[in-house]
Amino acid sequence: MKQQLQAIKELAEKELSQALGNSDLDALKVRFLGKKGELTSILKQMGKLSAEERPVIGQLANEIRAQLETEIEERRKLLKEKELEIKLKEEKLDVTMPGERHELGHKHPLSIVLDEVKDIFLGMGFDIATGPEVEWDYYNFEALNIPPEHPARDTQDTFYITDKMLLRTQTSPVQIRVMEQKKPPLRIIAPGRVYRSDSVDATHSPLFHQIEGLVIDKGITMSDLKGNLEAFAKRLYGEQTKIRLRPHHFPFTEPSCEIDVSCFNCGGKGCPMCKGEGWIEILGAGMVHPDVLRRGGIDPEEYSGYAFGIGLERLAMFRFDVDDMRLYYENDLRFLSQF
Amino acid sequence: MILSKKWLSDFVKIDASDKDFAEAITISGSKVESFRKEGDDLKNIVVGRVDFLERHPDSDHLWICSINVGKEENLQIVTGAQNLKAGDYVPVALDNSVVHGGKAIKKGKLRGVESCGMLCSLGELGLTAHDFPYAVEDGIFVLGDDCDKTLGTPIQQAIGLDDTVTEFEITSNRPDCLSIIGLAREAAATYKVPFNKHVPVVKTSGGDVNELLKVRIENPERCYRYCGAVVKNVRVKPSPRWMRERLRACGVRPINNIVDITNYVMLEYGQPMHAFDHRFIKDRTVVVRTAVNGEKITTLDGVERELNNTMLVIADTEKPVAVAGVMGGEFSGIMDDTNTIVFESACFNGPTTRRTAKALGMRTEASGRYEKELDPQNCMPALMRALELVEELDAGDVVSGIVDCDHSDKTPRTLPFDWEWVNRFIGIDCSKEEQKRILEAIDFKVEDDTIIIPSFRNDIVGKADISEEIARFYGYANIPNRPLRGVANGKLTETQQLEKLINDTLIGCGLTEVSTYSFMSPKAYDKICLPKDSKLRESIVISNPLGEDTSIMRTTAVPSLLEVLSRNYNNRNLKVKIYELAMQYIPRGTEELPIEKQSVSIGMYGADVDFFTLKGVVEELLYKCGIDKYDVEPVTDNPTFHPGRTAKIVVDGDEIGILGEIHPTVQANYAIGTRVYIAEIDFNSLEAKGNTKRTYKPLPKFPSSNRDLAFVCDRDIPVLKLERLISEAVGKTLESIALFDVYTGAQIAENMKSVAFNIRMRSPERTLTDEEADAAMKRAIKALSKIGIELRK
Repeated sequence: MKQQLQAIKELAEKELSQALGNSDLDALKVRFLGKKGELTSILKQMGKLSAEERPVIGQLANEIRAQLETEIEERRKLLKEKELEIKLKEEKLDVTMPGERHELGHKHPLSIVLDEVKDIFLGMGFDIATGPEVEWDYYNFEALNIPPEHPARDTQDTFYITDKMLLRTQTSPVQIRVMEQKKPPLRIIAPGRVYRSDSVDATHSPLFHQIEGLVIDKGITMSDLKGNLEAFAKRLYGEQTKIRLRPHHFPFTEPSCEIDVSCFNCGGKGCPMCKGEGWIEILGAGMVHPDVLRRGGIDPEEYSGYAFGIGLERLAMFRFDVDDMRLYYENDLRFLSQF
Repeated sequence: MILSKKWLSDFVKIDASDKDFAEAITISGSKVESFRKEGDDLKNIVVGRVDFLERHPDSDHLWICSINVGKEENLQIVTGAQNLKAGDYVPVALDNSVVHGGKAIKKGKLRGVESCGMLCSLGELGLTAHDFPYAVEDGIFVLGDDCDKTLGTPIQQAIGLDDTVTEFEITSNRPDCLSIIGLAREAAATYKVPFNKHVPVVKTSGGDVNELLKVRIENPERCYRYCGAVVKNVRVKPSPRWMRERLRACGVRPINNIVDITNYVMLEYGQPMHAFDHRFIKDRTVVVRTAVNGEKITTLDGVERELNNTMLVIADTEKPVAVAGVMGGEFSGIMDDTNTIVFESACFNGPTTRRTAKALGMRTEASGRYEKELDPQNCMPALMRALELVEELDAGDVVSGIVDCDHSDKTPRTLPFDWEWVNRFIGIDCSKEEQKRILEAIDFKVEDDTIIIPSFRNDIVGKADISEEIARFYGYANIPNRPLRGVANGKLTETQQLEKLINDTLIGCGLTEVSTYSFMSPKAYDKICLPKDSKLRESIVISNPLGEDTSIMRTTAVPSLLEVLSRNYNNRNLKVKIYELAMQYIPRGTEELPIEKQSVSIGMYGADVDFFTLKGVVEELLYKCGIDKYDVEPVTDNPTFHPGRTAKIVVDGDEIGILGEIHPTVQANYAIGTRVYIAEIDFNSLEAKGNTKRTYKPLPKFPSSNRDLAFVCDRDIPVLKLERLISEAVGKTLESIALFDVYTGAQIAENMKSVAFNIRMRSPERTLTDEEADAAMKRAIKALSKIGIELRK
């Protein structure tokens, strides 16, 4: 019987080595180890053995059974690994082929820059205000110290609807509207469309965007104006950015200034972008004129403030190296999809 | 304003490079636009003398000249000019030189004869006969005695083409800086050096001006002051080189001594001057008065102009002689036979001058200055300077005395000297003494606690103005940068958050944001086939538009989008999906501002774009805005849109937007060769009807039951109707209902369609039994069969 068992084992192992898949293995398992399997049928003959032989053979049979079971499972594992290996080989892709892109839309470049500016000022505690684009002459001019016949009206060629109604030439009227509606302390920016009767060319558009700013509180000084706007410039163009204030004139601020930033292209050494000057003008600003405060219902003896205005198209032109303003309003997808 | 460095040096000595000067004076408040050295485009051109000349052997017009340029050997130069003789001093462009216009000159051969350079004409130096009246324009410039004739001298230096010219952008509040003296004052204060004031001295040649000239001002509120002087025996001739040179540097063309003096004084003092022929002044009387309607004058530029009673004129006793502050009359201009002239130095009201110049369409150098309000106290010194120059240039004999008709207010204006307030307002620590010094450097006087404002600074009216003067000379750069103070609590409003959400959603849907003009052509309404009686045609109209294309404010953004789509189609962009949060302007009459409202305007075309592409985007938008209950109703009568492929979105009975395919006629009007889809949804409605606040719904604990049902119905029955009936019939266990197939064809009767839905039911409390699900389906089938729609068999 011993030989019989050994023969079964050898046969089983031989067959096992030729098994090619799960089905072969399952068949082998039934054939040799199943209830009607070869090993079982031998064991059924155990009754014929002597009492001494029985435990010896029994043990041997169990050993063989256990061994075969292990070997079957090992073979199963090996085959599985091989199978996986083949599968993986077959599934090889040319990973250099292009991906399947989900086509997203594009934000307009002006919006990209505007959102950036908004985020900076929101982070500095500014709220965002709005005002009408079709505006009264009073808000656009008179309340801002620009009475009829004031020469400043010439530099802002105005689209009129009636004698008193016009398309705002600047976002500054929002200053007055905000002052009328809210009490200080005020800290707002007011982005929006403005209109001037300029013919369209690479640097002019009858419609463009400004971002107005207004801060009013007790004890606001020009030193706040400088510090705050420097903080803005550093957040927009990086920590290394410096600002330079040049005296200027706006009827609704006094003192007034234009603010240059050190050229973000060359760092101030001078390059074509800054026309060799090392500085690029990005905004106009000043201390809110006492008359303007009064018209907004704020006592200039108690409060003071500063205001500023930024040209959005200009910022975006520098940001994206766009040299023709018309591109913003032509809305050619070949342009817009670059952003 | 253009500044000549030579001229400036009459009043202030500045020891700085041109670049440093430009920067320093910009920082102190007078902005330099650009600066350049005159003649710096000329290279290697020197003074030479024609020692002898002979005809070219092979030419009938060329000359071979031997030119002495101060070197050991003379140069041989061939020229085609016919105006030379031996002994003439001429500009010589040497080998490797550059003449005006950038033309390079090199040694070469002309008809076989070597020429070592070129002799230059005025034009080749960038000049005209106005600069050197004695020179011929079509020949070589033969230097006169007013030039440095040292051989070999660089030509710029020899003829005075070596000034530095600085161009300033002077703001409208500082007309005093539209003058050499004004800028010199600023420069002196900037560099803390003395400003050398010049006091004109006039000797006069006797006589009495009052016998020759009377002045009457009829409108003193429009003419504050009129000073007049008379010069007899006028000797009209070219001005001396130094004057021509300075005028040229400042961009003014020299004409003759009298005209040049008026221009010179205007540039030096900032005070416009006018000179006219005394013989044409009837009754020797100048009357400053309002023009009579219909009165005519031919101005110096030869144009006849009709005047009206809003304008101010300088007249004699019967006719206008000049348009006050704008331009003189032609007939009283200086002529060759002029013997006696009147010099006018007057001060007119700004708005009057501005209105007049604008109405006549002739903005002149003088009117541009007057409209900024000039200083009446400047009239007299400027006139004295003109007379001084008349004597210096020997241009005539000055009659004694000046007629001064003066209505100006001479009371000095004052402000309190509140130096501590200035420190508080600007945020600096500048001593009382330093502030006093700064103010005095720009001609303010400080007496005890009072500041006396100089008459030429009418822009100074309050203490904030004083603070600016202190701040700019203290140095804006020296003001400390104070960091942001206080609590930072900036936040987007709910409206702004919704705008952001809409932008993010649509960009996520693959749409690109556009930015279109808010104005458009009234013809756009015809192009989109808007009915003639549509309320949308009532638009805000611009009274002075650039052109018809931008003459009204839009009441709909549909034309704006179609323009963009058309342009893109034209540019062969095959697939375009765009949107804009577009402002529209709904008029409310002339006494109220229009309503400005935004719409979410969407447009698209392309091979795989159809109505349902657009509708999908709109549905996504509504979902994100929190609008989940809405009706979609077919629109068949909007002429902009396709009658069978258009719908409106209705929420709580209110229409909030429209979407659909553009009508083929409109599509053709915009020359788009493919189907176009547009949606316009009102932003305010999205805000009012929507709800973007989200609360969490627990995830389902029990499985859902799914059933598919297909019905056969008339083709015209909208799917939404079936969907609604099924939803109602299933009741609250309905989780979702999704259309998955619409079939028409052979297996279905003609004019019928099969519509199949997947219906998902779920209870939050337990697993639904098959019986419950089947019962729900039976209810749905019953509900539909009530209106004659049967289950597909």
